[in-house]
Amino acid sequence: MANQQPTTGNPRVDIEYRRRKNAEEMRYQVITFSLMIFLTLMAFAAVGFGDFSSWFIAPFIILLAVVQVIFQLYYFMHMSHKGHEAVQLFLYSGVLVAAVTILAFTTIIWW
Amino acid sequence: MSTYAQKKGVGAVIWDYLTTVDHKKIAILYLIAGGFFFLLGGLEAMFIRIQLAIPNNNFVSAGLYNEILTMHGTTMIFLAAMPLLFAFMNAVMPLQIGARDVAFPFLNSLGFWLFFFGGIFLNLSWFLGGAPDAGWTSYASLSLASEGHGIDFYALGLQIAGFGTLIGGINFLVTIINMRAPGMTYMRMPLFTWSTFVASALILFAFPPLTIGVFFLTFDRMFGANFFDHTMGGNTIIWEHLFWIFGHPEVYILILPSFGIFSEIFATFSRKRLFGYSSMVFATVLIGFLGFMVWAHHMFTTGLGPIANAIFAVATMAIAVPTGIKIFNWIFTMWGGSIKFTTPMLYAVAFIPSFVMGGVTGVMLGAAAADYQYHDTYFVVAHFHYVIVGGVVFALLAGTHFYWPKMFGTMLNELLGKITFWLFLIGFHLTFFIQHFLGLIGMPRRIFTFLPGQGLETGNLISTIGAFLMAVATIVLLVNIVITSVKNVKVGNDPWGDGRTLEWALPSPPPFYNFKQLPLVRGLDPYWIEKMNGNKEMTPAEPIGDIHMPNNSFIPFMISLGLFIAAFGVMYRVDHAWGLPVLIAGLAITFGSMMVRSIKDDHGYHIHKEDLLEDEDKGVKA
Repeated sequence: MANQQPTTGNPRVDIEYRRRKNAEEMRYQVITFSLMIFLTLMAFAAVGFGDFSSWFIAPFIILLAVVQVIFQLYYFMHMSHKGHEAVQLFLYSGVLVAAVTILAFTTIIWW
Repeated sequence: MSTYAQKKGVGAVIWDYLTTVDHKKIAILYLIAGGFFFLLGGLEAMFIRIQLAIPNNNFVSAGLYNEILTMHGTTMIFLAAMPLLFAFMNAVMPLQIGARDVAFPFLNSLGFWLFFFGGIFLNLSWFLGGAPDAGWTSYASLSLASEGHGIDFYALGLQIAGFGTLIGGINFLVTIINMRAPGMTYMRMPLFTWSTFVASALILFAFPPLTIGVFFLTFDRMFGANFFDHTMGGNTIIWEHLFWIFGHPEVYILILPSFGIFSEIFATFSRKRLFGYSSMVFATVLIGFLGFMVWAHHMFTTGLGPIANAIFAVATMAIAVPTGIKIFNWIFTMWGGSIKFTTPMLYAVAFIPSFVMGGVTGVMLGAAAADYQYHDTYFVVAHFHYVIVGGVVFALLAGTHFYWPKMFGTMLNELLGKITFWLFLIGFHLTFFIQHFLGLIGMPRRIFTFLPGQGLETGNLISTIGAFLMAVATIVLLVNIVITSVKNVKVGNDPWGDGRTLEWALPSPPPFYNFKQLPLVRGLDPYWIEKMNGNKEMTPAEPIGDIHMPNNSFIPFMISLGLFIAAFGVMYRVDHAWGLPVLIAGLAITFGSMMVRSIKDDHGYHIHKEDLLEDEDKGVKA
């Protein structure tokens, strides 16, 4: 829907607008892609160079991973576009349910 | 491919059902298979009650009793209640939202056959060295110690059946999100569709923990892993958590569609719009969410600690609030309505007090401190039978009578239906009411016999008598079904006369393409609105055009058969050399079938506009 190509033969499709939109999209994707590579290098660097404790490395890499997932969903899988409301609802419900479960395990359950 | 119905031989009909991708036929398959397993689970229940009728009974041995009670629970939950609900979801939900089929007809068929082969695999354990005997919860420390292959059948059978359920749930979600007819907004969906939606979401989130738990169990028992073995660094409590993170949402997967069926019945036979529709939707979604926050109330006595117990107790009791909203809405729907006491309505009316009793004992059990007293007694048995029989089974029986005309085009006999209802209602309360008191005076659950002179004789005897009444009720229902099918008196679109939702605008049973033209939905209860405006049928939302239909396929059967064979290989690999080749052969069949499906293009076919118009000229209602 959102990423449909303007080849529908519909005379009302504004090709100029679509082209501008696609170029903008492309720019975002390239920026995100380079950011993602940078984050991956950071993750390797955290483990490979420097003398960090594992109490720093593990949360740091998890944080980078979360950022990567968000980039992936929003810039490459177009979740920011219209028509993804149901997907968002289910993703966030799943995250919420999983987070509450993990929270319960880490805080109140003894084993 | 011909689009005309032809007279077919028995072989052709069987082949048609083996390969069908039509949601209405898959619904009938679910109904038959689920009904079969329901009878099987019922038979096991009868054996339990016969064994417990008198003290020191030796009708079955202790070991066999464990197998029977395990299989009774497992069969009833996984192989009877869920498939029977899936039968109604498949039969009715696409019609209610004005769709021509579910989103993925092929996957629908695959879901059914996976469930079917999983169920058959589990039940073959009776003939192949003994059934599982660690209870339907199969707690790891017990199930790892169980000898023979019983628990292996449990793990592998549930894994295969679970895949089928997960596929079915995702399919319903996509269908409801994407395939609603023009004008069918979310807040115009009938309550049964809403509850199907929420239950499917629960399936989506709840089945992965079960899959993981069962995989761990499979690897612990058959591949030498130690996930649950504390002597090897594992943790046996993890199974309990995984099982109940799945298990608690599971009971809402059962009860929410049941609530949906009753909501339809209350509105139809009170001849009133459902009271508080939006609060009903809200309550359904809220119950769905809260269902994931309460799993540890099954584990109060495991020793989670006082903070966990207190928090989970409060969360548990919170669920009584949305459930209470629903109960009051149903009562207010009947209030001032012009009520017609048909068989489905009788079940619906009887459901309210029965289910509330189960809910109240649920709140009692939810009080963590008191639960130490009730835990593992017949009080718990009475509680969950009150909610599952008084809620889910009543809904299944009500739904069978209510939707039978839509599924088969004939009406079940009302007199026999009412006889079934009264026998079942009386039998149900006779069986389970007394069990509250048996539990309170100290009868533990899952024992195969009890001693005389401890005050347990009378209660158990009454309970057994009640169970026989329920058995007689089921037999009357079967007789009713046979008589109705033999007489074969066809009925029209709206045999109850008060249908409100879209399915009653279609012939019974509907043509295989459901809607010749997709209907225009103008509000909640669309068919009722059109009737009140003096229209005989729905206003179409599109001109008559070609309809794209999927082709039948035998591949789902083969994929499931492959996993069924592979499961034998996994299990016997431990004792026999031929196990590994069988495992490989089974997986080869499954993945080979998947590859055929991927490589071969199957674009389906079109029913042409001319054929549809011709049908109309011949007087075929569509």
